[in-house]
Amino acid sequence: MIGAMAVLLAFQLIGEVVVQLSGIPAPGPVVGMVLLFLALQGYGALPDTLRTTAETLLSHLSLLFIPAGVGIIQYGTLLAEEWLALTVALLVSTLLSITVAALVMQAVIRRSSEKRRDE
Amino acid sequence: MNKLTDIWVYLATSPLLWLTITLLAYRVGQGLFKKSGGRALFNPVALAIALLAPLLLVTNTPYSTYFSGAQFIHFLLGPATVALAIPLYLHWARVRKLFLPIVAGLVSGSLTAILSAMGIAWLLGGSSRILLSLAPKSVTTPVAMGIAEKIGGLAPLTAVMVILTGVTGAVAAPSLLQWLRIRDDAVIGFAIGVAAHGIGTARAFQISILAGAFSGLAIGLNALLTTLLAPLVVRLLHLTP
Repeated sequence: MIGAMAVLLAFQLIGEVVVQLSGIPAPGPVVGMVLLFLALQGYGALPDTLRTTAETLLSHLSLLFIPAGVGIIQYGTLLAEEWLALTVALLVSTLLSITVAALVMQAVIRRSSEKRRDE
Repeated sequence: MNKLTDIWVYLATSPLLWLTITLLAYRVGQGLFKKSGGRALFNPVALAIALLAPLLLVTNTPYSTYFSGAQFIHFLLGPATVALAIPLYLHWARVRKLFLPIVAGLVSGSLTAILSAMGIAWLLGGSSRILLSLAPKSVTTPVAMGIAEKIGGLAPLTAVMVILTGVTGAVAAPSLLQWLRIRDDAVIGFAIGVAAHGIGTARAFQISILAGAFSGLAIGLNALLTTLLAPLVVRLLHLTP
């Protein structure tokens, strides 16, 4: 588990360094994810410990958002002033983007499977 | 009584107290979620925040003191993001086959998230500060905070918006997608991930591992795309903080 954790942190570190050196406008951990994926593809196998550690971490993903979420206590006045715009924008925009992404993706899947049938 | 006060004064400033309480709040949130029979409204993150926020206000604890303990949890967002490579690796065959639908879902979902959030807030008289803080709301926390900083939003407010977005998506997505008659777990997961990042992904993993993998993929891709799109949209709209 410690070894697997070290692998994850090392790839995050490499990701941060790559971002700093190259000026890619992407965040370090995301670059780290891409690099780890490529490394696994190159290696051709997934070590068991890495798999279990990653799955444990991901099964508690929601825990990791709590500290930032508690930050809401800093914005009492702002929220009191602008709560309507914030709430409606959040709710509607989130539902709308789920709907659009799902319908567009579904439509493209259907079209490409129809095409395959026609050929 | 004095002794109790002394102990409180000592503990309240040490990272140990708030780290422990955050973990306990999460356990309580999870427990309530399970007791409710997995009802979406009993979202563990929302419940934990609803427990912690009043506690901090009542005990007069500044957020910086709280965060000095909770930062150890917050830090794990980095390696957890890297760990998304694993479900992606495991489901690569399926992902490759769906390359075109994934690109289409990503671009449409990402643009909808940025533009509709800013548009609706603008229509309802939101200040430009709010608009800029809302723009990256569908991206995972550390990335969204970076984007907000770059375009002139309030990064900590963005973090809160990101979490509320995630909770909304996690709560509403399963029934919304059922109502839209979407039955493909790959599509379900991807749509949740594009709109509701990690908190949505936590929910998607409960639907199936496949849904979780596609949701995780969407987090990474949308983090990249929104990093590129948000500054562009802001420039096109001539927004300044």
